[in-house]
Amino acid sequence: MSNKKYAPKRASGYLPLLAIFVLFVIFLYGPMITIFILSFQGTDGGLTFPLRGISLHWFGKLAEGLGVVDIAAALKRSLLLGLVVMLITVAFSVLAGLAFRKKLCGGNALFYVTVASLIMPSIIVSLGIGLQFRLLDNGMKYVLEAFGATSMLESFGTSLGMFTSALGAHLTWTLPFGLLIMFAVFNRFNRAYEEAAADLGATPWQTFRFVVFPLIAPSVVGIGMFGFTLSWDEIARTSQAIGDVNTLPLELQGLTTTVTNPAIYALGTLTTLVSFVVMGVTIAAAMWLARKRK
Amino acid sequence: MNQKPLSISANWQATPYALVFLLLFLIPLALILMVSFWNFNDYEIIPAFTLRNYIAIFDGCGSLNEYGDVCVTFKTYFATLRMSFLVWLVTLLLGFSVAYFLAFHVRSANVQTLLFVLCTIPFWTSNVIRMISWIPLLGRNGLVNQALVGAGVVDKPIEWLLFSEFSVVLAFVHLFTMFMIVPIFNSMMRIDRSLLEAANDAGASAWQTLWNVIVPLSRTGVIIGSIFVITMVMGDFVTVGVMGGQQIASVGKIIQVQTSALQLPLAAANAVILLLVALMIIWGLTRLVDIRREL
Repeated sequence: MSNKKYAPKRASGYLPLLAIFVLFVIFLYGPMITIFILSFQGTDGGLTFPLRGISLHWFGKLAEGLGVVDIAAALKRSLLLGLVVMLITVAFSVLAGLAFRKKLCGGNALFYVTVASLIMPSIIVSLGIGLQFRLLDNGMKYVLEAFGATSMLESFGTSLGMFTSALGAHLTWTLPFGLLIMFAVFNRFNRAYEEAAADLGATPWQTFRFVVFPLIAPSVVGIGMFGFTLSWDEIARTSQAIGDVNTLPLELQGLTTTVTNPAIYALGTLTTLVSFVVMGVTIAAAMWLARKRK
Repeated sequence: MNQKPLSISANWQATPYALVFLLLFLIPLALILMVSFWNFNDYEIIPAFTLRNYIAIFDGCGSLNEYGDVCVTFKTYFATLRMSFLVWLVTLLLGFSVAYFLAFHVRSANVQTLLFVLCTIPFWTSNVIRMISWIPLLGRNGLVNQALVGAGVVDKPIEWLLFSEFSVVLAFVHLFTMFMIVPIFNSMMRIDRSLLEAANDAGASAWQTLWNVIVPLSRTGVIIGSIFVITMVMGDFVTVGVMGGQQIASVGKIIQVQTSALQLPLAAANAVILLLVALMIIWGLTRLVDIRREL
């Protein structure tokens, strides 16, 4: 590593930059720590300091549901959607990542579409998918009417939903991250291992299963984490592309205007904990896989 | 286990991925363009070509109104652009400084990784939570106001700290600086350290090295970060909504409100215009750099 040998003279801006960095980290984490503390606010406490005792009161309120919102149900929905998004993100981006290593027709175009999806303002994606499924609804109704399927027509509500439009909206956000991670992985990948396996008579599947996959496994776990956490917190792309039910972050967004007690902080602490658990599991799994490889 | 030699071609492997983007990205975008030229009434959208939506958006924009103001659309775009510019400037300066510190001042690779991860962890937590976490700090009875009143700096709590343009920009900086740090740090780590040594040996001051060596070589990272931040702020409605107390106008917010009110063709026309403006900015950003490079 050549960067160890040389760095600009310490004198030039080390202290001010260190100060900026420390302040930035405080800026980043300070507010999160305040709501973590305030979620344990006593029964009489409010949205701001001082703490009036310490209790789990507001977590209890959360379990009862906030107003008309059933938090537990929203939590389950979001977990399930996150898991599905995670599995699809891992499968599709690993496959696409492998494809990009070979000659892929339209590969450039696919790459540009990927980048476009990443930087496209989310509201536009959301509007587009919402529009698409509404037009699909209209089409379905038209067809059912034409065939005179009255009972089906009456029972048909909408094709918008968690595992149709919302799932799709999430994938437009998670898959680009998955593919870009695969690019980063394969840029540093030594092809000699594969060639050795092939020379020893391994089939392509065996080469993938016993050579390539174990080597990329820690990064694949990372893709899974991206898939889950990005879906778990996603609002903007979901907002116009979901039917009657809401995911947890959407409920949370709605609650910011109506809930005026620390229960909302308790909800914040809870969802952040889920994110941290997923990160922890990912790091543990990636380290375990990396050690197993050796 | 499959013992046959698999000969799945690359095209088949990429198909599921490509299909997702065809069905859920490209077709929806095409539909937005199409529906932006459709008519609508209170109940439904009507597939008949009309320029009504675009005319409605730019209604009265040809001249100033009787109070000497520009039309609502222009006003909203100016407000959104001003906000994007502010956020861009702050995140760029902050992100560049943090990336520079990580890349050039932290010497141990392990510490570097650790600090880098420390900066990125919040990215994997909920944005709304990170927004509402400002309430106990900036609210009327928040810590900042308690401190200011306690110290006698102000007589009564400052109102503009929360649910204002200030808090919106603050939240954007809080959420998006990471999108500057990561690409700029990545670019900086690719800079050949011997170039810095050469600049130093040739007698360049620290500022000269920064401006003439590091900044140009971090260009790609700066552009990628800028594109991310600007497009995200331009199309945002969640941060503007939550941190602005649902009081501040932005282009994204207009599209969201119109979609919720099922004025889909109008929302689509606004989306098309937003997309064009965003593309122009991205194009400008990349051009700006090419020109500078040729000078």
